[in-house]
Amino acid sequence: MMCLATPGRLISRRPADDVGAGPTGIVDFHGSRVEVSLACTPEAEVGDWVLVHSGFAISRLDEADARETWELLRHDERLAEAVPEEFRDGGMDG
Amino acid sequence: MSKRILLAHGGGGELTRKLIDEHILARLGNEFLNPLTDSAVLPVEAGRICLTTDSFVVTPLEFPGGDIGRLAVCGTINDLCVMGAEPLALTLGLIIEEGLPLEVLDRVLDSVALAAEEAGVRIVTGDTKVIERRQGDGLFINTAGVGVLRHAGIGAERIVAGDRVIVTGGIAEHGLAVMSAREGLAFETELKSDAAPLNGLVKAMLESGADIKFMRDPTRGGVAGVLADLSETTGLSIEITEAAVPMTQVVWHTAELLGLDPLTVANEGKVVVVVSSETVAQVLRVCRAHPYGRDAAEVGGFTGATPALVELISRAGGRRILQRPYGEELPRIC
Amino acid sequence: MDKRVSMVAEIAALCGGHAEIRLMEVCGTHTVALFRTGVKGLLPENLKLLSGPGCPVCVTSQGFIDAAIDAARLPEVTICTYGDMVRVPGRSGSLAEHRAEGARIVVVYSARDALKFALEHPQTQVIFLAVGFETTTPGTALVVREAAARKVENFTVLASHKLVIPALEALLGDPESALHGFLCPGHVSVIIGAGAYVPIARDHGRPCVIAGFEPEQLLGGALHLVRQVTRGEARVENVYGVVVKEEGNPVARGFVDEVFEPADAVWRAMGTIPGSGLRLRDAYRNFDASARFGIVEGEDYDPPGCRCGDVIQGKLQPPSCALFGKGCTPAQPVGPCMVSSEGTCAAWYKYGRQRTGEAV
Repeated sequence: MMCLATPGRLISRRPADDVGAGPTGIVDFHGSRVEVSLACTPEAEVGDWVLVHSGFAISRLDEADARETWELLRHDERLAEAVPEEFRDGGMDG
Repeated sequence: MSKRILLAHGGGGELTRKLIDEHILARLGNEFLNPLTDSAVLPVEAGRICLTTDSFVVTPLEFPGGDIGRLAVCGTINDLCVMGAEPLALTLGLIIEEGLPLEVLDRVLDSVALAAEEAGVRIVTGDTKVIERRQGDGLFINTAGVGVLRHAGIGAERIVAGDRVIVTGGIAEHGLAVMSAREGLAFETELKSDAAPLNGLVKAMLESGADIKFMRDPTRGGVAGVLADLSETTGLSIEITEAAVPMTQVVWHTAELLGLDPLTVANEGKVVVVVSSETVAQVLRVCRAHPYGRDAAEVGGFTGATPALVELISRAGGRRILQRPYGEELPRIC
Repeated sequence: MDKRVSMVAEIAALCGGHAEIRLMEVCGTHTVALFRTGVKGLLPENLKLLSGPGCPVCVTSQGFIDAAIDAARLPEVTICTYGDMVRVPGRSGSLAEHRAEGARIVVVYSARDALKFALEHPQTQVIFLAVGFETTTPGTALVVREAAARKVENFTVLASHKLVIPALEALLGDPESALHGFLCPGHVSVIIGAGAYVPIARDHGRPCVIAGFEPEQLLGGALHLVRQVTRGEARVENVYGVVVKEEGNPVARGFVDEVFEPADAVWRAMGTIPGSGLRLRDAYRNFDASARFGIVEGEDYDPPGCRCGDVIQGKLQPPSCALFGKGCTPAQPVGPCMVSSEGTCAAWYKYGRQRTGEAV
């Protein structure tokens, strides 16, 4: 998808090498880890959140802002919480 | 140099015999398989038999949480048990590409043995063929499964408006785990395929006395595919609440990353169950007491609204139609 | 959820009693997001959201598709492409159909994967189909730079990148256009910056609001646009400030400027829009597939009966196309708007049907 970009946390970083590849890093998306190019966000440091599009980090962002903007970052880690309270015991209306 | 499958392994001669004895029988041997007769002879009881077959072409052969061997056993076991059948026996047909490392074959066969043992079902007959080398990593498996129908009355024709839909746990794990392992994605994940033999879970549901109207395992096409089929078959509408569908954080995030809708991604260890509304709480209790059903949840139900469509109430509170996926997104996922 | 409810209410209140408000959702991802989240259905009847030329595959001319297919048939070539391109029908079938006949075509998620493939398969000439707007262009520029630094001999790009602002200006130049405002693409804006839309607002008097793709972002974008339209304002506003800055990402643009220069580009059905595309600079000519293989982009044309050209200009909504759902479906598409995951027609087909049986 052409405009698709997803936020994740930079968990490791490798500096630019001298064969023309810019700095790269591993970004964690709640347990999926992807190697991305950091060439467009050279200031990004380990622990920072970045917005990733097609294997490239295109922006750095504040973690609190990220959680506020993206719904998928707001839900609790554990699966049980992915099922909201009111649905958990088969208590759906209708 | 590592040992590999040669064309001669498929020739029917000495090497074939060696392959069968040392690799296949060594792991899967039992009273039915060992004689290597042209056909396995099984006792029949009165009643109806269920027969199913599935071929497995997943790539890569090994992925987080499983491999083609586990998949081949579980897929066929599950196709039997969701019909209300008790699986009795499986066949195992191997088409191996010349060049496949023997250690890969051994690992796959170990998985077959383990999955079959967990399911309590034996491989009673099989076949082995070898084809010319292409990329040297190919293995295709066909399994057929036979079972005895224990619970009649499971069928879409029993579904009426007001019935409810349960999913037995977190969705999209298999498809995304396979995607993560596929070459070229530069991708690691905590996701594991959920491939599992579900005959124990299904038996628990059926023996609880709950009135189970319909079951299907949502493999290719995912939950959306099953719901689309059901709406079409029953002529009823289905309404699903997106927030109620069980899904882990990592699945949600990985699907976003790949631009995929988790509802259309394959599952290999889940069941979509249709029950009457009075039965929901009981079925959920039974599922959640089972290791493969811990995260079971009610996700929606059938209505009489026309035309018959599958509708999703989104997390944002809007509505949209959930269409049958047209299958181009994830090739060779099972 | 309360915030969303109040935004929906305010939009409804502002639109109530108003004549039709016509907004263009420039980006295909917005079209899909509006449907997928169900937000589209929460908006009032007289708030019309028209799809624009924001699906890169959809705005690519047929000539490029045919050129890519010709390249795919060269025996020494492997095509690396984003998935969406693979099923678009060309004159002699799609890339997918040619793959079935033996052409080597590899789907990649990233330009980096294409270069990686070339490095791992030195025996084949890799041509990367470089399609996309400004979100994607820095990626192509970076891999071309890396290929140059590494002196890679089996990697070239067939470039058909497009730029958003010139396209919007071309749309506004059309006297038939009756657009009140633009919902601007969130991630393109990360690169080009909020400031890039100032000429649209100032010179053409249309409000531009930049928004992301989450439900609250979509509602915020619609709300700010409706507020401006009903007050007769025409400013650039940005509700996606978490990642979109006034100046965008100058580092990313720097890489693009180094590798590419602006060029005229042919857009499906819109003809040539000056300065709306990119071509490789002379210093990187060695990585230009059209130079290396003598590939010439043919003329644009409409597949028979196809109205994708009108759809991408916001002149036609998919259900009004005679082929929609009848001769043209996602399984058997006639034009790219039905093929691409961001195509307007695909989005309407997949998500747009409602309980009434009519499309939204």
